[in-house]
Amino acid sequence: MLCLHNIFFISYIYVKLVCKQNNIQLLSAKLIISNHNSTMILTDNKASIKGGEFLIKDIDASQIFIPEEFSEEQKMIAQTCLDFVRTEVHPRLDEIDYAKDTSLMVSLMDKAGELGLLGTSIPEEYGGFGMNFNTSMLVAEACGQGHSFSVALSAHTGIGTLPILYYGNDAQKSKYLPKLATGEWKAAYCLTEPDSGSDANSGKTKAELTADGKHYIINGQKMWITNGGFADIYIVFAKIENDKNLTAFIVEKDFGGITMNEEERKMGIKGSSTRQIFFNDCKVPVENLLFTREGGFKIAVNILNIGRIKLASAVVGASKGVISQTVNYANERKQFGVSINNFGAIKHKLAEMIVRTYASESACYRAGQNIDDAIEDLLASGVEASQAKLKGVEQFAIECAIMKVHGSEVLDYVVDEGVQVYGGMGFSAEAPMDRAYRDARINRIFEGTNEINRLLSVGTIVKRAMKGELNLMPAAMAVGKEIMSIPDFNTEEEDGIFIAEKKVIKNMKKAILMIAGASLQKFMAKFEQEQEIIINLADMLIETYVAESTILRVEKLITTRGEEACSLQKDAALIYLHNAVEKLNNAGKSAITSFAEGDELRVMLMGLKRFSKIEPFNLKDARRRITQAAIEKNAYVF
Amino acid sequence: MKILVCITNVPDTTAKISFTDSDTKFNKAGVTYICGPYDDYALSRAVELKEQSGGTVTVLNVGEADSEQVIRKCLAIGADDAIRVNCEPTDSYFVAQQIAAIASQENYDLILMGRESIDFNGGVVHGLVGEMLGIPSLSPVMKLDIDGKTARITREIEGGKEDIEATLPLVLGCQEPIAEWKIPNMRGIMTARTKPLKVVEPTGDDLTVTRKFELPAPKGAVKMIAADEVEKLVDLLKNEAKVL
Ligand SMILES: Cc1cc2nc3c(=O)[nH]c(=O)nc-3n(C[C@H](O)[C@H](O)[C@H](O)COP(=O)(O)OP(=O)(O)OC[C@H]3O[C@@H](n4cnc5c(N)ncnc54)[C@H](O)[C@@H]3O)c2cc1C
Repeated sequence: MLCLHNIFFISYIYVKLVCKQNNIQLLSAKLIISNHNSTMILTDNKASIKGGEFLIKDIDASQIFIPEEFSEEQKMIAQTCLDFVRTEVHPRLDEIDYAKDTSLMVSLMDKAGELGLLGTSIPEEYGGFGMNFNTSMLVAEACGQGHSFSVALSAHTGIGTLPILYYGNDAQKSKYLPKLATGEWKAAYCLTEPDSGSDANSGKTKAELTADGKHYIINGQKMWITNGGFADIYIVFAKIENDKNLTAFIVEKDFGGITMNEEERKMGIKGSSTRQIFFNDCKVPVENLLFTREGGFKIAVNILNIGRIKLASAVVGASKGVISQTVNYANERKQFGVSINNFGAIKHKLAEMIVRTYASESACYRAGQNIDDAIEDLLASGVEASQAKLKGVEQFAIECAIMKVHGSEVLDYVVDEGVQVYGGMGFSAEAPMDRAYRDARINRIFEGTNEINRLLSVGTIVKRAMKGELNLMPAAMAVGKEIMSIPDFNTEEEDGIFIAEKKVIKNMKKAILMIAGASLQKFMAKFEQEQEIIINLADMLIETYVAESTILRVEKLITTRGEEACSLQKDAALIYLHNAVEKLNNAGKSAITSFAEGDELRVMLMGLKRFSKIEPFNLKDARRRITQAAIEKNAYVF
Repeated sequence: MKILVCITNVPDTTAKISFTDSDTKFNKAGVTYICGPYDDYALSRAVELKEQSGGTVTVLNVGEADSEQVIRKCLAIGADDAIRVNCEPTDSYFVAQQIAAIASQENYDLILMGRESIDFNGGVVHGLVGEMLGIPSLSPVMKLDIDGKTARITREIEGGKEDIEATLPLVLGCQEPIAEWKIPNMRGIMTARTKPLKVVEPTGDDLTVTRKFELPAPKGAVKMIAADEVEKLVDLLKNEAKVL
């Protein structure tokens, strides 16, 4: 379902390398598009950047949004969320996790509702605040330190509310959204079933129309339902009769026929309600069918896109919180007569935690703004508001998947090193790292596992290339040519910020194009089965996108604040880039050796080497500078 | 009821303190500013009183343009409008003068502020303003109820509490638990930008100049003395720490 289905039959990239002994020569590098004789390139009359286009386009720093550009009002909104989490949630973390019932969580959700935190994305006409996409991501970040509460909040505002907001008709929106915006009603999303997880469209839950045509009767079992224990509304996915695809329904708890198991006992986010829910002849009025019959899968996919990138910003928030705690601990804990922050081993960890978080944040809001811009463009061209929002996000599905994977893995890195810096106390339930470590883990699993999201990111790129929506072919061809030619030793000095680094990023993109092109050619329709290679490619894609976003962010910052004021940010960008190149190189090697042989193997490895060249830089000193600043601030430094 | 709430724009409690210009100026670089925590309580109580019995709440800040972020937050919490006196708040007398100048133009029933700012912690502005306006001032006030023209006040005093009744108008320096600390809600934040913020120029002169700031000496390392070496401890306290 979510993977690379049916994509590769249409056509394939054909980059043919013919190698003669040691005298390797590119004889032809051409693209064959079969069954598809329409033009490849959609005319693009808009200034906005398209999703996935970062792979083939040089993007100017001035074109991206950086978090430093958030307005005073947006910052105030974020501060409200942080203040709420710090005053209402943090003092009660144990109570929340070991609560006997859901009343505490419900009261926190009610309080969040009173502050308006549940209505940020809902238009004002439905009782919300109609904030733009990037602001809603900022809200997710600011609430991201709330452990189980964050999960409850994002399930309600995201997968619980958005299906109605984006796919509901006027009557449905008027009936449900105002109550969801205030938190009077709480929502859950019931897609997963015991036998239908990643393969979400395979659910067995059934909906049958009653003889009088007034109701659907839903029968089936759902699993892992966040907020299940206290929700008033469930978005339920079921198949009507023998339909192939899912249909979504808005089910009120009071419709009857709903029972549930006890709370799941979980590794982390223990205070988040997670239930198995049984629908036994649950009678749902026909007017509660959401969107269209068999349109449910589309809802699921599109709502998950939004959920993914919001998860990415939420985990940035969580990472920042953990980093501040860890820096504070490193400052206070003494061994061998000094604070452990004196030890290079600890400095290294703190710097890496900070750098990766900073990088993830950079890419997150860049993508968020791209989504806002796409929505604006669609609105301007007359598309209806909900549709514009959906299409805007869908346009950036690749970036959403990339950021979900990156953010959740950065958080897991951060909590893991957090535990390590805390030493024995890291393993103690008395100190905060224990909960942070356990709670972080779920992020790699829900909203599409990281495997599914990796497959999806590459799959979507290939699909768009095939459809002609993403003009990859000329770029792939040029790379094919380049690896057969003499390297460019042009060392002409150019003026500007990060000239060399931007060249590195350009090369990273070339490495991806080279390997994607060659492996697609090799496997053609069977490419889909080469998940190991696809995952290598996804890793390369992720690192490239994030490194580029970080470099561009710092470049933009330097142009406004001057180089001196941004020296730490510059260190962070360079550290990230070096790490990224190394990861790209590893993933690239792993991919190439998975399918190429003989001369082709050698040519590609040489190409990869060329494309992952970077000037040496004293990373240790740069890390120490960042850590020093964090030590002085006693917190996350940026 | 007309309430004036005077607020300070102060470095966050966790800010790293350093100085520039030969230790004559506070180094603002990288410092986050907040509304003085005691002022926050004063504002929260003002907003509660307004919610109970109507009236208006005006926020007043003596400070430069960079205070406006904090002023907007006060508007988001529920103040109706704001005035900023455009100058650096150099000392307590100068600030009190500005407040008195504004207050004398309007008939405020209550002038609330924090018991003290948390940057210089002078704690005298309320007293000065009261004197300048010729009305009573009380501090630190931890409970405030209004009944018509009568204020019922609980004040913290050395080792206990004091209940007072006084007639409006009054100047009060406030502290917790006078009100529940408020977080601005989304609606407040969205409406804050439309509320009026008037900027006026200061009156009177600065009377003092800061010649030099100095940080307290950093805390030295802690020496651990074994429990059975009391004499050594006493010796160190006498001869090294010189506290006995
Ligand atoms: C705490 C919690 C809360 C949740 N909340 C909700 C909720 O509110 N609503 C809801 O509907 N669901 C919810 N889920 C379900 C969640 O989305 C699923 O667990 C997730 O999608 C994975 O499905 P699964 O558990 O069946 O794993 P599986 O699909 O069985 O996956 C097992 C492993 O196989 C891998 N895998 C599966 N398919 C492929 C493939 N095609 N290619 C490569 N690898 C593959 C996966 O990546 C994973 O590593 C929640 C889950 C948890 C644990």
